[in-house]
Amino acid sequence: MKARVTVTLKTGILDPQGKAIEGALRSLGIEGVTSVRQGKVFDIEVEGADAAQSEALLKQAADKLLANTVIENYRVEVVG
Amino acid sequence: MKAAVLVFPGINRERDMARTLRLVSGQEPAMVWQTDTELPKGTDLVVVPGGFSYGDYLRCGAIAARAPVMDAVRAFAAKGGLVLGVCNGFQILCEAGLLPGVLMRNAQLRFICRDVHLRVERSDTPFTRGYNAGQVIRVPVAHGEGNYIADGETIARLEGEGRVIFRYSSPDGMLDPNFNHNGAINGIAGIVSDKGNVLGMMPHPENHVEAALGSTDGRGLFAGVAEFLRAA
Repeated sequence: MKARVTVTLKTGILDPQGKAIEGALRSLGIEGVTSVRQGKVFDIEVEGADAAQSEALLKQAADKLLANTVIENYRVEVVG
Repeated sequence: MKAAVLVFPGINRERDMARTLRLVSGQEPAMVWQTDTELPKGTDLVVVPGGFSYGDYLRCGAIAARAPVMDAVRAFAAKGGLVLGVCNGFQILCEAGLLPGVLMRNAQLRFICRDVHLRVERSDTPFTRGYNAGQVIRVPVAHGEGNYIADGETIARLEGEGRVIFRYSSPDGMLDPNFNHNGAINGIAGIVSDKGNVLGMMPHPENHVEAALGSTDGRGLFAGVAEFLRAA
């Protein structure tokens, strides 16, 4: 199964990298961007065909390693 | 002092650390590779040195924190053993759950490599008995991710329990945003665990132990630990 884990910073956590990107977009003349928050995407392939099982496995992976839940949230999507 | 210095791929300050431990205690530390599952017999101090373990992949310290040796370190710390993490070592201890919070990208987004001043908040810990409370020491920092943060409740607990041991300060010990080099909350440069036996700090005291290198202000930390362990 193919799956995607998306890790994003929790609200309220300062994201200086996002701020720098926001500034760079502005300096490129890309107007109308009001906020940028940087995150991470993991595309993962899992053995087996059980979506619920894959999701449970990847939640475990995210809790144990992929995300630092002190500052980050994550979302698991099983793509199929 | 029977120190064990942990070594992970990408760590680069382990030899500075070993040299300092040898210089101050007169004893050769053991270098312990990350896949070892036990610490050498009789280890009384574990040091997690600085560097760029696993190239800072994923998050600083995240992968090293899950290395096999860390289970042994966790067991050692649970029994009250002294653990010191410097720079990447601090990041690893946070990722391993041995210390709360996390070290984020420096607020100014720049890697900082220079001497800084630290105010020693307490002298009644195994790590700071070589200093006086309120004393200001000058030691180097070299990091891109040293901006300490934790949730409000954790910060309140750290402050309430006197677990902030070092803060970035002016040369005369004043807390001032201009001297908070990486934007860490409350100028936090070093904290201890709830039992006080695990210290994590971003600055490198091991690099200021010889007059030839400009300062010996870091020596008090290692001399204090050695004295504490001799008395134990």
